[in-house]
Amino acid sequence: MFVLDTLVNRLKRGCETMPYPKGPAPALPDRHGGALKVEAARCGEGCDDCIPVCPTEAITRLPSKNVALDLGRCIFCAACVEACPQDAITQTGDHRMAVRRREDLVLGETGNEEVRLADALDKKLRKLFGRSLRLRQVSAGGCNACEADVNVLGTIGWDLSRFGIQFVASPRHADGLLITGPVTKGMELALKKTWDAVPEPKIVIAVGACAIAGGPFVGNPQILNGAASVVPVDLYIPGCPPHPLTILDGLLRLLGRLEEKLDVATNAKR
Amino acid sequence: MSSSTPFALLTNAAGISWAEVPAWPATDFVRATAAELDRGARLCAWFGVPEDDGASLVAVIAFDADNTLAVARSTPFSGSFPSLTLANPQAHLFEREVWEQHGLTPVGHPWLKPVRRTDGNAPAVGDFFRVNGREIHEVAVGPVHAGVIEPGHFRFQCAGEEVLHLEIALGYQHRGVEEALAGGPHRATINQIETAAGDTSIAHATAHATVMEALAGSETPLRAQWLRALALELERLANHTGDIGALANDVAFLPTSAACGKIRGDFLNLTALMCGNRFGRGLVRPGGCRHDLEPSRVAQLQERLKLAMCEIEQAVAWFWDAASVRARFENVGTVFPAQAREIGLVGLAARACGLVRDVRYDHPAGWHRFAQAPVAVWPGGDIFARARVRTLEIQRSGEFVREQLAAPADGEICCELAAPGASMLAVALVEGWRGEVCHVALTDAGGRFRRYKIIDPSFHNWIGMTLALRGTAISDFPICNKSFNLSYCGFDL
Ligand code: SF4
Ligand code: SF4
Repeated sequence: MFVLDTLVNRLKRGCETMPYPKGPAPALPDRHGGALKVEAARCGEGCDDCIPVCPTEAITRLPSKNVALDLGRCIFCAACVEACPQDAITQTGDHRMAVRRREDLVLGETGNEEVRLADALDKKLRKLFGRSLRLRQVSAGGCNACEADVNVLGTIGWDLSRFGIQFVASPRHADGLLITGPVTKGMELALKKTWDAVPEPKIVIAVGACAIAGGPFVGNPQILNGAASVVPVDLYIPGCPPHPLTILDGLLRLLGRLEEKLDVATNAKR
Repeated sequence: MSSSTPFALLTNAAGISWAEVPAWPATDFVRATAAELDRGARLCAWFGVPEDDGASLVAVIAFDADNTLAVARSTPFSGSFPSLTLANPQAHLFEREVWEQHGLTPVGHPWLKPVRRTDGNAPAVGDFFRVNGREIHEVAVGPVHAGVIEPGHFRFQCAGEEVLHLEIALGYQHRGVEEALAGGPHRATINQIETAAGDTSIAHATAHATVMEALAGSETPLRAQWLRALALELERLANHTGDIGALANDVAFLPTSAACGKIRGDFLNLTALMCGNRFGRGLVRPGGCRHDLEPSRVAQLQERLKLAMCEIEQAVAWFWDAASVRARFENVGTVFPAQAREIGLVGLAARACGLVRDVRYDHPAGWHRFAQAPVAVWPGGDIFARARVRTLEIQRSGEFVREQLAAPADGEICCELAAPGASMLAVALVEGWRGEVCHVALTDAGGRFRRYKIIDPSFHNWIGMTLALRGTAISDFPICNKSFNLSYCGFDL
């Protein structure tokens, strides 16, 4: 009988929700690579091997002649890592990538080799949202992989609701938007209307390369190259798609629920 | 029999020179296509290729029983042509698209309106079909839906609870993928293909790689074909598991829904074990694969697959044991076999109507020439049948992966590809988890893409859902929608 079966099974399995963030973070797949690190100081004289291999033109040369890699445009294909003869661009294996300001995703110059991780919301907003954050998700032209990995956070392993974070069906019930996709022309009006319908104060979270800068479709005439072209963004979470752990890290960081000392970076450089 | 067709014959994963594709004036071309469809062929692709002051139409059809594809085209023209839809409903969306993209009007088309064109900052959807009467009410849903899912607009014409008609307006996700591919391959081409429909990355990337290999006239190493076949089934396993979970959730059967949410993640992580990305990004490349499976990784895959298969088997057993679940699925959302044939359903939706249609079996290419899983078919055409086909496919894909892991192919995982041949047309079909993924590439004199056409299975199947909804209660819409789980972005391209 299935009633007994399911109960017995449930008991046998025990609690399946991961201990993170109280315990260590689950490991990323070994081939994942995590965030990138760029040490422009190591670049060889006149070398630009990484620039033509990048599918999204995330790597450019600054007036200072150093390369700069925009992790917001990056789709984490690792082509530049393979192409760089100087190991100036490397993978860190770190899942943490979320930032508050767009420019914090630009890597390269001394002091800016890695992303400048997100600060929490200010005290007032944290008081409002810190223990209960309701988000309306808007899929604005994404490929559905970002959406899928946002959905994963609701499963028993991740159990997002234990942090008081929930996805709601109406913008009227929401404290903010979580946007995926590059914002197609077809979704511009719908996104604007959804945003208008969220009561103040409200926040916006852009998840994935598409929502940050257009992702693999950056520059296509049918898209607006990211959520910030329509609404103000408070948190950028890079990835194509970001690993669920990266998304969770970003959300918790924004709410001030990750203290750096507790944040055991088990995925540190291999 | 396909041998007497006036079309040019080719097999899946093959190329043909553009000059060898027979060309007729538009009216004759439409008549010839209709005749082939009448004889039992299936329309895989029908699209325009811009020419100086007009366009020519191209038809790719499949004779499933003969493992054969066939192509033909019209001579360039502008203006109008007699609609094929009147004789063969499976052409209806293709004709709307051709009208939208090339300004060629199918005369007599019953419902000519935009497919995905935008008008300013929203799609130009046109008028909706309307049912009039004092008892009739209209329900409009979307584009922004209640869950974490993609946008689309649904318009129901209802009499009380009963749905008389549903019309679906898409186009919200239109990213301009096909336009971007023209003139390629570019450096972002493979990445855009992988994200054409993100949950079908492996199938789309494999179709693209196959087309590129056909254009180069070379075959990719066997080991790469083996890896692609494994990844394709892992993709199917993850998505079917997710859908069973979603169906269970929508009929409030939580044990299965909770278990499937986790097991789906386990399958995604198997893909990530192969290539680092849970959706298979960066694995399949023209000419081969980018990551190999060392013996230790094979062992890990075997062990984790075994566990996940045990768990899914159990979760699915609970589901089918529950009379309450079966009662919700039986005789709800039915597509009749005759309808399915008429509208050209593909993939699991077709197999759930009793149609034996599976590219892995009908048009084997790559590794599927050597190894196949039995085709999963179920009669009925209702939600129950679609869920059954999913469970059967989970079993068979799991078994397929297990067998293949036990007997790996040796050799290299990639080869150097020659540049694509000039003025050629190549076709690749791959059985993605939703159904047939079709890529057609046409190159110019310099070997660049003159036209690159992608047909996601959703393009064929959305109309199936509107038919399934007729006569059911509007409250059955969520489970019916989940049972198809079609792609919005894959359609909108
Ligand atoms: S990893 Fe990112 S920056 Fe490097 S080539 Fe790929 S997309 Fe460009
Ligand atoms: S960022 Fe990547 S995974 Fe996310 S929606 Fe865009 S293409 Fe898909």
